[in-house]
Amino acid sequence: MHDKTLAELARGLAAGDFSSRELTSSLLERVKKHDPAINSFITVTDEQALKDADAADTLRHKGEAGILSGLPLAYKDIFCTEGVRTSAGSKMLDNFIAPYNATVVEKLRHAGTVSLGKTNMDEFAMGSSNENSYYGPVKNPWNPTLVPGGSSGGSAAAVAAGLVPAALGTDTGGSIRQPAAFCGITGLKPTYGRVSRYGMIAYASSLDQAGPMARTAEDCAMLMNVMAGHDARDSTSVARNVPDYTQGLDKPLNGLKIGLPVEYFGDGLSPEVETAVREAVRVYESLGAQVIDVSLPHTSMAIPAYYVIAPAEASSNLSRYDGVRFGHRCDDPADLEDLYKRTRAEGFGDEVKRRILIGTHTLSEGFFDAYYRKAQQVRRLIRQDFLDAFSRVDVLMGPAAPTTAFELGAKADPVQMYLQDIYTIAINLAGIPGISVPAGLVDNRPVGLQILGPHFGEAHLLNVAHVYQQATDWHQRRPEIKE
Amino acid sequence: MQWEPVIGLEVHVQLSTCSKIFSGASTAFGAEPNTQACGIDLALPGTLPVLNENAVAMAVRFGLAINAEIPEYSVFERKNYFYPDLPKGYQTSQMAHPVVGRGEVDITLGDGTIKTVRIHHAHMEEDAGKSLHEDYSGMTGIDLNRAGTPLLEIVSEPDMHSAEEASAYIKAIHAIVTYLGISDGNMAEGSMRCDVNVSLRPKGQEKLGTRAEIKNVNSFRFVERAIAFEIERQAEILEEGGKIVQETRLYDPDLDETRSMRTKEEANDYRYFPCPDLLPLMLDEAYIEHQRSLLPELPSEKRQRFVESLGLSTYDANVLTGSRPLAEYFEAVQKLCGDAKMAANWVQGDLLGRLNRDGLDITQSPVNAEQLGGLLLRISDDTINGKAAKQVFADLWECRGETADEIIESRGLKQVTDTGAIESLCDQVIADNPVQVTQYREATEDKRGKMIGFFVGQVMKASRGTANPPQVNAMLKEKLDALL
Repeated sequence: MHDKTLAELARGLAAGDFSSRELTSSLLERVKKHDPAINSFITVTDEQALKDADAADTLRHKGEAGILSGLPLAYKDIFCTEGVRTSAGSKMLDNFIAPYNATVVEKLRHAGTVSLGKTNMDEFAMGSSNENSYYGPVKNPWNPTLVPGGSSGGSAAAVAAGLVPAALGTDTGGSIRQPAAFCGITGLKPTYGRVSRYGMIAYASSLDQAGPMARTAEDCAMLMNVMAGHDARDSTSVARNVPDYTQGLDKPLNGLKIGLPVEYFGDGLSPEVETAVREAVRVYESLGAQVIDVSLPHTSMAIPAYYVIAPAEASSNLSRYDGVRFGHRCDDPADLEDLYKRTRAEGFGDEVKRRILIGTHTLSEGFFDAYYRKAQQVRRLIRQDFLDAFSRVDVLMGPAAPTTAFELGAKADPVQMYLQDIYTIAINLAGIPGISVPAGLVDNRPVGLQILGPHFGEAHLLNVAHVYQQATDWHQRRPEIKE
Repeated sequence: MQWEPVIGLEVHVQLSTCSKIFSGASTAFGAEPNTQACGIDLALPGTLPVLNENAVAMAVRFGLAINAEIPEYSVFERKNYFYPDLPKGYQTSQMAHPVVGRGEVDITLGDGTIKTVRIHHAHMEEDAGKSLHEDYSGMTGIDLNRAGTPLLEIVSEPDMHSAEEASAYIKAIHAIVTYLGISDGNMAEGSMRCDVNVSLRPKGQEKLGTRAEIKNVNSFRFVERAIAFEIERQAEILEEGGKIVQETRLYDPDLDETRSMRTKEEANDYRYFPCPDLLPLMLDEAYIEHQRSLLPELPSEKRQRFVESLGLSTYDANVLTGSRPLAEYFEAVQKLCGDAKMAANWVQGDLLGRLNRDGLDITQSPVNAEQLGGLLLRISDDTINGKAAKQVFADLWECRGETADEIIESRGLKQVTDTGAIESLCDQVIADNPVQVTQYREATEDKRGKMIGFFVGQVMKASRGTANPPQVNAMLKEKLDALL
């Protein structure tokens, strides 16, 4: 059962092949057995999961089950879940029990899904390897000496290891797509504003976006049908019709115009990853697509612009963790300043502190124009690059990351780590959607093909990804896990 | 040296929306601590702000009332600083693109002259919570009920030059916001608070001197006194050749002085940047025109109408338009009795005098406008005289729910206008006072004018106050002059 896709499990439940309780308890067993080695979960909510599974089974008996009823999921521990610890991977929120559900959690709950728990992540979503978690690093199920990518590494690893068929992640600079690539699963970052951010702990508000991580594009489409849509509680969510993402997945790709950004195939890209990606592009050509080279001239500015904007917003977003109302508070503060200093010194990890310092600096008087304002100008240029490209092609394709998964501890230099996101970060700055699909294995390490589309082009991206998955079997490859 | 004070004010007005500027929690004053703070006000992780549309409408109406330009878009920014009563660690405010642009407010000075104060801009922001330093044995309590209450901060140009002008300005702002119904203007409850910037410069000099900012002054009187103190303090320093330090000061009403809170060097860098959780606020022409159509008659318009159509003096018009409830009270009285001058005199004299004595404001008046109007109507139609009217007014104040007419009837205060009855009383008084009649006859013309008062008094006494004094006066004059 643990190898099946969400769509297959949905059919199995509908056909009565198994109950949600059977499915849920078998997965909870697997979590218990395998997760100690992977560390993909921070919190497992087994009791609640079984209760919810029973409720879903009851509904099904009454003939009131929806498509997603009884299907198990997991949430990156950045989504607030009522009555359950929501830590954001930080000591700061180790004791924080969210008193409410994030909008997406509420919607998926309403759709009948069953949450197995909360997955591990880089602290406050800051990281590309899942090594920045207060709860310890996540191991890549393909090889426990490798990182799973980050920041949604727990979600990616849990799906790859067959602990859960799908999980939610968030993506601020590549945090869904890069771990999806490293773990050999499918991960979609929707258009900014497509999915509500309410109840999703903020890292960089103008870039953060929640998305599905699953085995197939079809599974992502099923989840997007529930997740997407306007939320009156999130002013940046867009009031725009939500299509049925599962419709049109099979549409043939004859005449599809694919652009390959030349900047995404330059220095720094591992030759093996390039070979795999180009092979995937050839598959598309064989499916009737035309391929041309395009240019995104401001690509080299994406990482610098991101590392001004994201830390600036983060420095402000993380000010609320002050030890006054919730979360970690230092022992016996001498006075207010001592309370602030020690609470934050103890509660935050190094990478979080680093970004708060960067952001505080770039917003400071005398530096704002040179950094923040300039970065916003660059952001507009980057967005324009994509708009120009999409006036010529339907989708862009390239690698999701410059390499396959690297060894734990291999990137001690933060800047080396930041360069991991070179192909994903510009997409968040532009606000467009992107999906990573499994497209090969190099030394038994998955390679991710990234497909990008124009704003609100998720349905088409899912179609393009799905047709590829009908023609290839990379998404069906599973890591070997000793049962 | 002659020093000229230069004063600018930042007035924070709490907008009287039902819910907070970015959350659905109630804004009602006086609830138990922390009972009116929801997850958004507490800055729980994951929560997001949603702008209160009504707060925007109120801010726009204020802008229209001061003839300000309303920019097509405005931007909310984050003002970052740490304080326990500031849950998010930043205050959502506006900086580079405020909702209300340049405007003007007319103020009326004591001598009746009108002066225009320019408004630099007005912006929307959220209030912070309150830190409670008493009652927690050395600890500080935090009450977040106020956190997120919508504020409109109105920033003037440094156009004022005396405590009196500053005070007149705040009163004008108070009148505008209460007329618009966008704030209760209750300074005691903190619905209006002022930061006052004061500097001095040698008279005739253009360049501004170094200023001190006095924070959080919360009554009309304190604003005047804080400025008066500050002018004196700065003048003393300058006279002795010293320099003013740019700093933030606090006014202490108990000691009637200002003292330093922090200097410029200690000032925060607030690291303003556009709030990524809120999109720019776009206001189109139709929206602005709709808000314009909702504007009531404003104080300056009312004042002008009172002078031009009702014939009141500028002074009376100014007092009576001081607040919307007062102006509405006066207008109701005036309509009922049909005599604007009399209504103005009674409202300003008897009514406001009595209210002041009892520490009440016009909305708490025991005598409502219908009752007072009914009373004045009986003066103007000669049913009662002024003296009887005072008795009726005193009775109305007791709140027994009677109308003026009922009191006049039950106490027999209806004045005697029957000429025959008055004539016989006059004859009687003349007959009973031969000495005074002789004195009258021998007096000069202008002295007689005064002496007639004695006879009027006697007739009024004999009528137990019910005679009509002007009628008595005329009749006596005729009769006495016939004896000359």
